[in-house]
Amino acid sequence: MKLLVPVKRVVDYNVKVRVRADGSGVETSGVKMSMNPFDEIAVEEAVRLKEKGVASEIVAVSMGVAACAETLRTALAMGADRGILVETEVELQPLAVAKLLRAIVEKESPRMVILGKQAIDDDMNATGQMLAALLGWPQGTFASKLVIEGDQALVTREVDGGLETVSLTLPAIVTTDLRLNEPRYASLPNIMKARKKPIDILKPADLGVDPSPRLAVLNVAEPPRRQAGKKVASVAELVDKLKNEAKVI
Amino acid sequence: MSHDPTAPASSPFLTEAHHLFRATMHRFVAREIEPYAAAWDEAESFPRALYERAAETGLLQIGFPADYGGVDADPFFGVIAAQELARAGCGGVAASLLSHTIALPPIVAAGPTAMKQRVLPEVLAGRRIAALAITEPECGSDVAALNTTALRVGEEYVINGSKTFITSGMRADYLTVAVRTGGPGKGGVSLLLVETGRPGLTRTPLRKMGWWASDTATLYFDAVRVPAVNLIGRENEGFGLIMRNFNRERLGMAAGCIASARLCLEETLRYARARRSFGQRLVDHQVVRHKLADMAMRIEASQAWLEQLAWQVMQGEDPVASICMLKNQATLTMEYCAREAVQTFGGAGYMRGTKVERIYREVRVNAIGGGAEEIMRELAARQWGWVAP
Repeated sequence: MKLLVPVKRVVDYNVKVRVRADGSGVETSGVKMSMNPFDEIAVEEAVRLKEKGVASEIVAVSMGVAACAETLRTALAMGADRGILVETEVELQPLAVAKLLRAIVEKESPRMVILGKQAIDDDMNATGQMLAALLGWPQGTFASKLVIEGDQALVTREVDGGLETVSLTLPAIVTTDLRLNEPRYASLPNIMKARKKPIDILKPADLGVDPSPRLAVLNVAEPPRRQAGKKVASVAELVDKLKNEAKVI
Repeated sequence: MSHDPTAPASSPFLTEAHHLFRATMHRFVAREIEPYAAAWDEAESFPRALYERAAETGLLQIGFPADYGGVDADPFFGVIAAQELARAGCGGVAASLLSHTIALPPIVAAGPTAMKQRVLPEVLAGRRIAALAITEPECGSDVAALNTTALRVGEEYVINGSKTFITSGMRADYLTVAVRTGGPGKGGVSLLLVETGRPGLTRTPLRKMGWWASDTATLYFDAVRVPAVNLIGRENEGFGLIMRNFNRERLGMAAGCIASARLCLEETLRYARARRSFGQRLVDHQVVRHKLADMAMRIEASQAWLEQLAWQVMQGEDPVASICMLKNQATLTMEYCAREAVQTFGGAGYMRGTKVERIYREVRVNAIGGGAEEIMRELAARQWGWVAP
């Protein structure tokens, strides 16, 4: 079975994010970029399925500026077989990504698309669901466990009340949650091997998709600074402050 | 945006593969070493399981032949590994974890095939530990004067003598030992592989000023017998093999020292932005931020030379003298930055548990081990032909 794994290039999770002075977005120039951590979990799960003999080929896809090739190379070093880069300077929103992915799914015919439940940059949590809707495929989101049995994918999801397991008929979409697995290191031998794995480069027009944003961002601002906490000496003082300073009771 | 000297700059020598490997090493160190560094240093050890974890990243395999489980990789991969390891601020871990990078090269260069097949894959996979044993209680820098003897008796060598300051000496499964098989001087030195389970070998741990997490030992050889096939290379030709080893070791040490210096800068800047005195942050005092600038100046100059020399080595050149001088440049930079870092931290830098305090204690071992500063200057001067032959 062929697996498609979309991977997004995002600001590294260790970077302290700063808003651009003009309020147009988040500063990304000169900032360390990495693969979205949830997508790493998706790649790891795909590689494990291949190691178990369930999957036969893993195709990683990334979309955006040319530097996304490095994100793809990381996926290849973790064990993906080949990459597809949809190169564009246009800012991509979830619907455009989902449409581009639909076109790639139609071209590649994978049995399953595994992707992160959300990206840590904008935390939209939308692409997997939109792709499922566009394709008319079943979806298992926030997977903490994934088992393939014949043409069924059993996806265990972490929900508020506990764990819920859904059974999907393939082809299907699965989005990954944190506890699905612990991604392996892209090891030096595999980094060397990944240098020889192919990456196809496409433009959105090649896939017949217009990726222009449908949503306009008006302004991006830092959240208001939290004030330092205060220590109180007594319950009476606490009640007084809640009543007269915080005005919450 | 101008380059921030608390992080390595972009470099014309690095490719995508180098960047990916740096990301892997960064994560490995941040996840599996740094959180435990202070505790391991105090415990004067680290878990043996770290070797196998390191092998999963490819760290142990860098530059060793693929036929024996290694990865053919240019010198920049070694530089990146050394510099990322240094970010834990715990040089002792790297010293022991990478002791095989000085123990195995003679085997790769001159060992018999059967020995390579038996030793290299196990060590490169992190299942066995290898150490190099040259220094003796009565001879250090003057390698040609070593006294440990190996007498050929039938199909065996019988070893008598002792070795000291041996990194990974207590835990090593394999020792690459320099012995005297011939007459006095460098023409009588050979290298032997010694499995540490052999009768007659005893080991004593040593306590040190720094590098506490590394295992360091004195080894005693009391009629230790090894088969003659344990000879590495030809008899009495060991001296050259030992000397060939040093380029890579010194380049790696220099890389680590420069990264330790950069870590001192980073830690000091962080502290100077948070700590207040006389109504303002430390960094708002001109004297403090000028210390930081002086640190950055030395670090960036050293890093540029390091990369230049790594590139020359990659081109097949053998810049022995320059690498000797680079090592000094690196250790002196580390010394300067560790001093200014602890000075800026004040009392907090004198207390155990901070990175700068550990790095301060690790300055001397770098300035002495792998070629003392004085030896480095003299070796360079001789290489450059400044001394009458």
